[in-house]
Amino acid sequence: MTAAATLRLALAALIRNKTRSMLTMLGIVIGVAAVLVTVAIGVGARTSVQQSINSLGSNLIVVQPGSVTMTGARTGLGGASTLTPDDGLAIAKLPGVAAVSPIASFRTQAVAGDNNWQTSVNGVAPTYTFIRSWPLAAGRFFNENDVASAAKVAVLGQTVVSQLFPSGDSPIGQTIIVKGAPFTVVGTLQALGQSGLGQDQDDTVLIPYTSAMQRLTGLTTVNVLMISAASADAIDPVTERVTALLEQRHRIVPPQTDDFQVRNLQAIAQTASQTGTIMELLLAGVAAVSLVVGGIGIMNIMLVSVTERTREIGLRMAVGARGGSILRQFLAESVVLATIGGLIGVVVGGTGTLAVAALTHWPTTIPPQWIVASVGFSAMVGIFFGYYPARQAAQLNPIEALRFE
Amino acid sequence: MAAVVEVAGLRKEYALGNDRVYALRGVDLTVECGEFVAVMGPSGSGKSTFMHLIGLLDTPTEGTYRLEGQEVSNLSTDARADIRGRRLGFVFQAYNLLPRTSALENVELPMVYAGVIEAERRALALEKLALVGVPQLAAHHPNQMSGGQQQRVAIARALVNNPGLILADEPTGALDTKSSQDVMRLFARLNEEQGMTIMLVTHEPDVAAYARRIVTFRDGVITGDATNDRRAA
Repeated sequence: MTAAATLRLALAALIRNKTRSMLTMLGIVIGVAAVLVTVAIGVGARTSVQQSINSLGSNLIVVQPGSVTMTGARTGLGGASTLTPDDGLAIAKLPGVAAVSPIASFRTQAVAGDNNWQTSVNGVAPTYTFIRSWPLAAGRFFNENDVASAAKVAVLGQTVVSQLFPSGDSPIGQTIIVKGAPFTVVGTLQALGQSGLGQDQDDTVLIPYTSAMQRLTGLTTVNVLMISAASADAIDPVTERVTALLEQRHRIVPPQTDDFQVRNLQAIAQTASQTGTIMELLLAGVAAVSLVVGGIGIMNIMLVSVTERTREIGLRMAVGARGGSILRQFLAESVVLATIGGLIGVVVGGTGTLAVAALTHWPTTIPPQWIVASVGFSAMVGIFFGYYPARQAAQLNPIEALRFE
Repeated sequence: MAAVVEVAGLRKEYALGNDRVYALRGVDLTVECGEFVAVMGPSGSGKSTFMHLIGLLDTPTEGTYRLEGQEVSNLSTDARADIRGRRLGFVFQAYNLLPRTSALENVELPMVYAGVIEAERRALALEKLALVGVPQLAAHHPNQMSGGQQQRVAIARALVNNPGLILADEPTGALDTKSSQDVMRLFARLNEEQGMTIMLVTHEPDVAAYARRIVTFRDGVITGDATNDRRAA
């Protein structure tokens, strides 16, 4: 018998038992649909985390002070005060470095007229907007002269603008008071929204780092050095050079540990994608389990079907069917059953994903390879779990099968 | 021309629990082309075992079986399946039509396994349905037919590959007297007009009366083999 004839025979047998076929498929349908919806949500979440990491800035490398041990207790990362703006200037001269900005940040109350707002004040260099790829909304950013003179100028994030100037008037040229010192607003930043970690990035006031350190905090060290590498390929070599340079500048010799830590976003992105991979593996596991359960359902029904159709099998054998034809006939039935179940599962899963996306506004993506893989896996489940019942059918003794009541 | 069935020294034994059952204890029989043979005997006489061996549904423990001149007693399972489909036609007591399948498709079934193309299958199946007198039932399903009609469809199915031998196992066992007579007249007509060779198992003398030759089994051997002088019509 040809493959096409076998398939037609299988379809006819399944249509003859519509209700049972549908119910048998249900396991596979639900399995595939559940897998696709969870994958769609998982992959969508991963993509959006990836995007928000990218939104932090291009080719970003971050240097933070390390931990220090004080009377036996180790502080956490950033506990040491070891990074200086001079470190930043030295790093800027390294090959492969596009820009460096120190960040001296603290939280304080900013006041404008009758309004006040607690926000994060960041003393940064003029290169900061370039490093963060953060365009201005209005006005100008401070320049090297402002840094050199520790000018009292400020650039506001959109959240601060709306809190301190709720009337809607342009804040440019206005004065805000930070830690008792008046700063003139020279520009505003475009809205960035939440960071990947849920922080409001627009809730910030940027001032020259010299102003922050000399006029407001009196510190000589900064919290963070932000570096932009010239290209994505330069990230790793620059990370190594910065580490070497700072070890030299801070006179660190083994076995002393570094009093700073250099991290780049690739590491963070890698962590995120590792998390994503683990999640995908987990989902694949769930997929496998649910499809195996569906497969057991198919095997169960196929065994019932073989018993029920024992006389039919005997008759087919009497009129010339070889064992192989019987095996292929029943195998085809379970494979067709599983594959159609898989296809319906794709449709249900796709619809479910659209519904989830519409209701929750979560980002969702169904990668096409998951569709192909889940239908393919369904077919394999059909073969695997259909083989045993089909072999039972093929090995029947025709005399006993014909006599079967 | 070779005989359709040539059996010599046929023995069949099998284990039943700890006992050995000797179902056939040496059977010799020759059936020539165009014969109509009734096989009779009480239950346990070995007539069913004999028919299973003739139908290549089983293999003998000992002995030879030549079907249309070919030795078939030691063939593989697949080879026996092929011969069953192409050179033998089966008619059963319970008709054994596929449920929820039209009469036409039921008749086509042996041709599906013999590899006949679809258009040809259809034409041949319709032809055989007409030959057994039920052309109007082609589209009917078994549950829409009477027992006699179902058995006619089953006979059409047995004829469809133009087999050299028709084997019928109690074909009237489930039918009333009128339908039995109809079916037996059909067999007699096929034998006379088409020259079909027919072997039929029955324990009813009325049914055996339609055959030309009556072979009787008892305790695994043939105890009687006679020409039927008083044929029913």
